[in-house]
Amino acid sequence: MACHETSPIVAAVAQRSRAKLVAFLAAQSRDVAAAEDALQEAFAAALEKWPSQGCPENPEAWLLTVARRKLIDHLRRDRSSGDPEELERLAAAEAEEIEIPDRRLTLLFACTHPAIDAAIHAPLMMQVVLGLEAAQIASAFLVSPAAMAQRLVRAKAKIRHAGIPFRVPERGQLAERLNSVLDAVYAGFTEGWIDAAGSDEARRELAGEAIYLGRMLTELLPSEPEAWGLLALMLYAEARRPARRNQAGEFVPLTEQETRLWDAPMIEAAEAALKRASGFGRIGRFQLEAAIQSAHVERRRTGDVAWGAILELYDALVELTGSPVAQINRTVALAELEGAGAALAALAAVEGDPRVQAYQPYWAARARLLALKGNRSEARNAYEIAIGMESDPAVRRFLEKKRTQLEVTP
Amino acid sequence: MQYLLALYAEEAGWERMTPEQQQQGVAAYAAYTQALKSAGVHVSSNRLRPSATATTLRTANGKTQVLDGPYADSKEQLGGYYLIDVPDLDAAMTWAGRCPGVQHGTVEVRAIWAM
Repeated sequence: MACHETSPIVAAVAQRSRAKLVAFLAAQSRDVAAAEDALQEAFAAALEKWPSQGCPENPEAWLLTVARRKLIDHLRRDRSSGDPEELERLAAAEAEEIEIPDRRLTLLFACTHPAIDAAIHAPLMMQVVLGLEAAQIASAFLVSPAAMAQRLVRAKAKIRHAGIPFRVPERGQLAERLNSVLDAVYAGFTEGWIDAAGSDEARRELAGEAIYLGRMLTELLPSEPEAWGLLALMLYAEARRPARRNQAGEFVPLTEQETRLWDAPMIEAAEAALKRASGFGRIGRFQLEAAIQSAHVERRRTGDVAWGAILELYDALVELTGSPVAQINRTVALAELEGAGAALAALAAVEGDPRVQAYQPYWAARARLLALKGNRSEARNAYEIAIGMESDPAVRRFLEKKRTQLEVTP
Repeated sequence: MQYLLALYAEEAGWERMTPEQQQQGVAAYAAYTQALKSAGVHVSSNRLRPSATATTLRTANGKTQVLDGPYADSKEQLGGYYLIDVPDLDAAMTWAGRCPGVQHGTVEVRAIWAM
C-alpha cells in the first residue's frame, strides 16, 4: 500500500476504529484512562513508523498490538492500582485477532452505569467513545476545562476501582440501562443544539457527534425501537437548524420557520428511522418525541400544523413520562385547539414544581398564553422573568419584542 | 472482587419498634445472611453495638485524643456490615438491594482495595 501521506490515513483509521479499539482495550483491562493513553501512543507510533515501514495490511490489528503492549507496560509500572490477575490475562491474550471483537456496546453501558453520577454520563461517553477533548466538551456544558477534566478522571477511576463491569446488561435490566445511554446521547445533543445559529463551533460539532453516537447505537442495537426513535428525534431537530434564525440573526419560532430551509434529506432519514422504530410495536419516550417532530415538519407538505395529532402525542408522552416539560409543551398544542384559557388551566398543574419555576420555557409559554388571553399585566411579569432567564440574545430580543407589543395592542 | 456493604440507620428507629417488629427485623437479616451464604458470596458479617458505645481515637497537637462516641455525629449511624465476594459492582449492588438495611436506612457499597 503506497503510503506517501500517512497522517490522513492514520486520522481516518483513528476516526473509524477508535471507539472499537478503546472499547476492546478498556473491557480487557477495566482501565479506561490507561486504554485511552495506550491507544494515543499507538497512533503516535503509527505516524512515526508507517512512512518508512509502509502502511500495514490490517491497520487495526497493528494498532491493537502496539496499544496492548503499551497498556501492559503502563499497568506493570503503576503497581498501586494494578491487579496482577488482569495483567496476566492481558499478556496471555497476545493472540493476533484478525477481527477485533466489537465491545463498543459494553463501553457505552459502562460509561452510563447508575453508579456514576448521571451528570457526567454524556461528557464521559463523548470523551471515551469519540475521543473529544475535555476542553471542548467543557465549553459546551458550561463547565471550566479544569473542572471537567477532574470529573472525567474521577469517573474513569470509579469504573476501575469500583468494579463497574463491561457487559451488556441482562434482559431484565436492559431497558432501564439503555435509557441511561440514550439519555446521555440526547443530553450531548441538546447541549449542541442550544447554539441555534451554529456559530459556536464546539456546540455545533457536539450535536453532530451525538447523532454519530445515535447512529452507532442503531447499528449495535438494531432491534431497539428507542434507539431508532432517538436517532429520528435528533435528525428532525438538526434538519431545522438552517431555519432557526433568519438573515438578520433573529429567532424564528418553529411554526414560523421557512420550511424550504429545512434539510430535506435529513428529514427523509429521520422519517425512515421513525418508521423503523414503529415496526417493533414498542412505543417509548423518544419515539413519541420524534413523532411530534414528524407532525411538525409535515407543514412542509401540507402548509398546516397538525395540532390535533400533536396534542394526542403529547397526551401519550405525558402519560408515559409524567414529565413537566412534556406537560408544558402540551399546553402549546392545547391552546391552538381549545384556546388560551384551557391551556393556562393545564399549565397550572405544573406551577407548584420548583424545577418548573426555574425553567425558562415555562415562563415563555405562560407569558404567551397570558398575552393571548388578554391578561396584560400578568403577561408582562411573565415575559420579564422569561427574559431574565434567557441566555440566548436572539431569543431575548424576540421576547422583549413580544413584551413591547403588549403595550401597543389596544 | 470483595465489597464492603456498610449499613447505616437511624438508631432511634430500632427502639421505637415493638418486640414483634424487632423479631421480624432480626429474622429478615438472618434470612439475608443465609441467602448470601447459600450463594457462596458471604465472607463475613456483623452487627455492631449502638454508636453511643463507640470510642473514637485521633491525634491532635501530637497527642492521642480519646473521645466517647462515634466518628461522626450524623442522624444515621453505622450499625453493621457485610463483606461479600462477587464478580463485579452489578452483583454487589444487586445483593445490596436485597439487604433489609435498604428498607429503613442506607447501604454503602465500597470495593476492597486489594493490596
